[in-house]
Amino acid sequence: MTVLTQSQTSAAPQAPAPRRRKPLGTRAYKVFRVVALVAVVLFLIAPLFWMLLASFKTNVDIYDTAKSFIFTPTGENYANVLQRNNYFIFIFNSFWVAFVSTALSLVLGVPAAYAMSRFTMGRSALVVLMARVIPGVSLLVPWYYVFSNLKMVGGFEVLILSHMFVALPLIVYIMMSYFDSLPLELEESAQVDGLTPIGAFRRITLPLSVSGIATAGILSFIFSWNNFMFALVLSGSKTKTLPVAIFDFVSYASIDWGGLMAAATVVTIPIMIIALFTQKYIVSGLTAGATKG
Amino acid sequence: MSVLNTSRGDTRRGAGRGAARPPVPRKSFSAWANRHRKWLFAAPAMIFVGVLIVFPLAWTLYLSLTDSQGSVRAATEFIGLENYVTVLSDVERFWPAVGRTLSFTGVALACEVVLGMGIALLLWRPFRGEKWVRVAILLPLVATPVAVGMMWRLIFDPNIGFVNQLLGMIGIPPQPWLSGQDTALGTTIFMDIWQWTPMVVLILLAGLTSLSEEPDEAARMDGANAFQRFFFITLPLMMPTVIVAILLRGIDALKTFDILYATKGKGGGSFHEVETLNVYAYGLSFDYNQYGLSSAVLILFFMIIIGTMWLLTMRKKAVSK
Repeated sequence: MTVLTQSQTSAAPQAPAPRRRKPLGTRAYKVFRVVALVAVVLFLIAPLFWMLLASFKTNVDIYDTAKSFIFTPTGENYANVLQRNNYFIFIFNSFWVAFVSTALSLVLGVPAAYAMSRFTMGRSALVVLMARVIPGVSLLVPWYYVFSNLKMVGGFEVLILSHMFVALPLIVYIMMSYFDSLPLELEESAQVDGLTPIGAFRRITLPLSVSGIATAGILSFIFSWNNFMFALVLSGSKTKTLPVAIFDFVSYASIDWGGLMAAATVVTIPIMIIALFTQKYIVSGLTAGATKG
Repeated sequence: MSVLNTSRGDTRRGAGRGAARPPVPRKSFSAWANRHRKWLFAAPAMIFVGVLIVFPLAWTLYLSLTDSQGSVRAATEFIGLENYVTVLSDVERFWPAVGRTLSFTGVALACEVVLGMGIALLLWRPFRGEKWVRVAILLPLVATPVAVGMMWRLIFDPNIGFVNQLLGMIGIPPQPWLSGQDTALGTTIFMDIWQWTPMVVLILLAGLTSLSEEPDEAARMDGANAFQRFFFITLPLMMPTVIVAILLRGIDALKTFDILYATKGKGGGSFHEVETLNVYAYGLSFDYNQYGLSSAVLILFFMIIIGTMWLLTMRKKAVSK
């Protein structure tokens, strides 16, 4: 803001808070900022709100543009989706696959990240992290071949393994930057006091890393819940996850919009609720390693 | 990302091992475990990655040199680089897909970084209601991409969609959006921007809050206005973070699959309007069972990703100096 002059700002009181708490000069800027923020929030929320509205409309109301906002809400879409299409099974499948793949990836990934952080295993880390770059399709053909020969396609094991392919590198990446920031002195003094290195890791480092592990775990759960491509190829009728179930919704001749929106809401709501309660962790996980070299 | 990490922590080399030798452990297994904990810790994950990733990748490389098709179990013949020749001379599907992949990624990234920087600057200094704005930013980010695709399908529907309804109110004729041959790719780019700008915002905001105040303060004292301070102080200091954001987002944008497949289905629509390399390779593999060809496409795609990453990492090194 060009109008912001030196005298104005130097007169502003210095707040002691660590983040900048200086009022930003002009009234024009303040108004602009409020308007811009409202616009941003509307832009981000409105489509989700629209989806929610449509999920409570009958298909007749969805086709009637006069009833965009004023209509008689109906729960029929949800009843249809949940009962007739057995979404409870898909919800369970999604949850189970995400939960197990996250848990196993944490068991494998946390110690690995620790070793890679403490012993500077740059090249090994590179191999694990490569997985984040590889297009998933290039792994699917060989997987499909091997697992269909083993008669495992359509089982939970394959899905869980494939989701670990996403989860493990993510967890290693987040935990490495977490361990890098954890002071070494604590472990050293624990070892001076008589703990073995593994003991120090178990009794000192791990308890200190709970928030890092939570971060990695939550993000990996979300990514697994949202994963579509692997489940599309590797899941069977009994192990179908929610994203694939929604996709199947539209392969019929005409789209049942109300049901589709109800299904889409059913998938997104659980993950959004988790996100609301774990906001802090998600943000720190997504930005892990972004601000340092 | 991987490339970012290789140099990290060099200063710690050996510190963990040398600083404090453990008191001689009694049990020999625990002594052995402690001595070899580096590999004991890392090996399970490395083996997992080796079996599930390196081996399939090697297989894909092998398949790309054969005429494998129909069924992976069918007998295949080694045909050298023929698949690559076929793919690289394919101007109907392959090259347009390369073009779409690059323009999708380029346009989406550019918009996301500019918008993301703007929003991050808006959020930089605290304000009342900040909490709610942050929640709003998080929601698109965690929403299931397939569900998001379906949501936009309804909103952009040419007949009943809310967007055309809105345009109608200000007298603009309805647009075909996703069903138009020329507008489909742009519409999917818009969806990507909606979903992933928040990610860029979060990364840039983390960068902004970690900036030291002095340079900005000094420029202020020297009478620089807000624009000057942003373009000559904040932006140059933020460049490494901006490039990290581009790197992280770019890799995922190149590989975008879910929203494209959810909105346009097989082959990226009947005219392949949104067929990017990933969608093309998926179709070749699982709709047409052309494993040899699809593997060649994937290897080329992989090289494009690695190349882009390498360029960005070089750029980051240059900027960080």
